[in-house]
Amino acid sequence: MAWFRKEKKPLRSAERRDVPTDVFVKCEGCGEAIYREKLTHNLEVCPDCGFHFRIDAEAYVELLIDDGNFNELDMHLRAADPLRFTDLKAYIDRIGISEAKGQGEAVITGTGVIDGMQVALAVMDFRFIAGSMGSVVGEKISRCGRVALERRIPLVIVNASGGARMQEGIYSLMQMAKTSAVLADLHEAGIPYVSILTDPTTGGVTASYAMLGDVHLAEPGALIGFAGPRVIEETIKQELPDGFQRSEFLLRHGMVDRVVDRRELKAELAIVLRHMGNAWENHS
Amino acid sequence: MTASPHLEFERDIAEIEERIKNLLSVADGKGIDVTSELDVLRDKLDSLREETYRSLRAIEQVQVARHPRRPYALDYVERCFTDWIEMHGDRSYRDDEAMVGGWARLGGDSVMLIGHQKGRDMKENLRRNFGMPHPEGYRKALRLMRQAEKFGRPVVTLIDTPGAYPGIGAEERGQAEAIAMNLREMARLRTPLVSVVIGEGGSGGALALGVTDRILMLEHSIYSVISPEGCAAILWRSAEHREEAAEALRLTSENLVELGIADEIIQEPQGGAHQDWDGAALTLKETLLRHLTELSGLGTNELLRRRQAKYEGMGAWRENSAAHITGEVSAGT
Ligand SMILES: [Zn+2]
Repeated sequence: MAWFRKEKKPLRSAERRDVPTDVFVKCEGCGEAIYREKLTHNLEVCPDCGFHFRIDAEAYVELLIDDGNFNELDMHLRAADPLRFTDLKAYIDRIGISEAKGQGEAVITGTGVIDGMQVALAVMDFRFIAGSMGSVVGEKISRCGRVALERRIPLVIVNASGGARMQEGIYSLMQMAKTSAVLADLHEAGIPYVSILTDPTTGGVTASYAMLGDVHLAEPGALIGFAGPRVIEETIKQELPDGFQRSEFLLRHGMVDRVVDRRELKAELAIVLRHMGNAWENHS
Repeated sequence: MTASPHLEFERDIAEIEERIKNLLSVADGKGIDVTSELDVLRDKLDSLREETYRSLRAIEQVQVARHPRRPYALDYVERCFTDWIEMHGDRSYRDDEAMVGGWARLGGDSVMLIGHQKGRDMKENLRRNFGMPHPEGYRKALRLMRQAEKFGRPVVTLIDTPGAYPGIGAEERGQAEAIAMNLREMARLRTPLVSVVIGEGGSGGALALGVTDRILMLEHSIYSVISPEGCAAILWRSAEHREEAAEALRLTSENLVELGIADEIIQEPQGGAHQDWDGAALTLKETLLRHLTELSGLGTNELLRRRQAKYEGMGAWRENSAAHITGEVSAGT
């Protein structure tokens, strides 16, 4: 518990650890060289073009939660290998490699305070087997939802996922049903749920909890969709239009409420939560 | 029914069928009695079919599940149900013919019947998009499920799809949202829900009709998070490894019962449902009636309590020293 009580420090970029010594980073958006330190202080958003670099799960916790007061839940849940799945590599080894890097699973869950309001927060981690949804992700999201339900506090999920975890077969598919069922209870109980969509959110996660929010906030330029662009291209045998399945495309087509710059994310989220019920503020 | 195109592993079966046909036409032409020869051949055919279909490999099960002569949703509707009134449209965009639904009578009672619908030939498949719905198909299904709830009737779904359609329009109109909404609403729909995988249970596009009190599978149907081809392309980096992928995914009806997901396997006629549509339909009808009777005896609160508990327990994970696996009693590790 409370592993996150520590000094404020700069956000960590998911890309950063690959080139820790670089003083400059080339922007994937505009191609400009950005001073590493400047990028860090700008929440990993390009100061010139606004391109959003991916950041990891801990960085989102730090970005959203007041003073790092985050009580992590269910951190001991670990993947099992119910199918004894082996492709080019055994699933159990893939898990082992990711766990050895210090990542427990593809989601962090817990409770904390956002601008004075108690919330249950789940943040997915794309580093862990592409943020894929296996049984642990489903179980942690479900438990986090039930905490929100029992304590009557809002649920916030920051999404980032490549989709279902194939190595868990049908169990992986069933996590979509399991998590959606908990959200049905939250919906019925009148408890706010805000889904934040980051790059990328695709497949089974999009087709379950990511698209069931009362409010959908998307970071600029994030890839968000049901099918991956490559699968679509192969199916329809034609090139996809520019900007297809990006946040702005989803906004235009009515699938997200707002495209929000990461530097405004916490402030906007707080306003939204307050609108949906300031009764939440008095709970602790 | 026209003659079935044969799958590769059915080659020996096809050969005997051909010999029976030849024998019959020769006998017909010359007026010879071939009864005893025919009996021998038919016995041989029966035992060969039985033997072949008893020990299908996973990839062969996939082929049977996709067999072009396999009965589809409307073929079962015709044989199991009466007073069928098909209803159309999602009341918002259009009617998606990859999804069919409407009122039907099973035994004496009305049910809402919803299913994926594949086409029998190229022309029909263009209309039905090979059984791959767009968002409006899922929204039509949800509209009909809510109607069933309103009038206190059970819902029966017949699952048979390669998956929800991956296309530009589907993404624009919110394929993911449509599927997600079905999952959420089915989880708490206040009426009995029974799903039957009759052919291909392809991923989220199948699950969007599959959050149900009972999950039944026809013997040679499959249910999987991804197609073996898709899985092989990603994890083995080549679709040619589909046989290994089919095996690894554990997608047969037998696997799904072992994994604690499917409740029951509905036996198919010898040689598969495509050999005997009426026989397959009869067993399906009897099984459906039995499950619906059981569920209607539960009362809505108990029904929902059980459905909630079932989906809460879905999955396999380790926690401290204990392991939770659906369908198994928790065991220490
Ligand atoms: Zn830039």
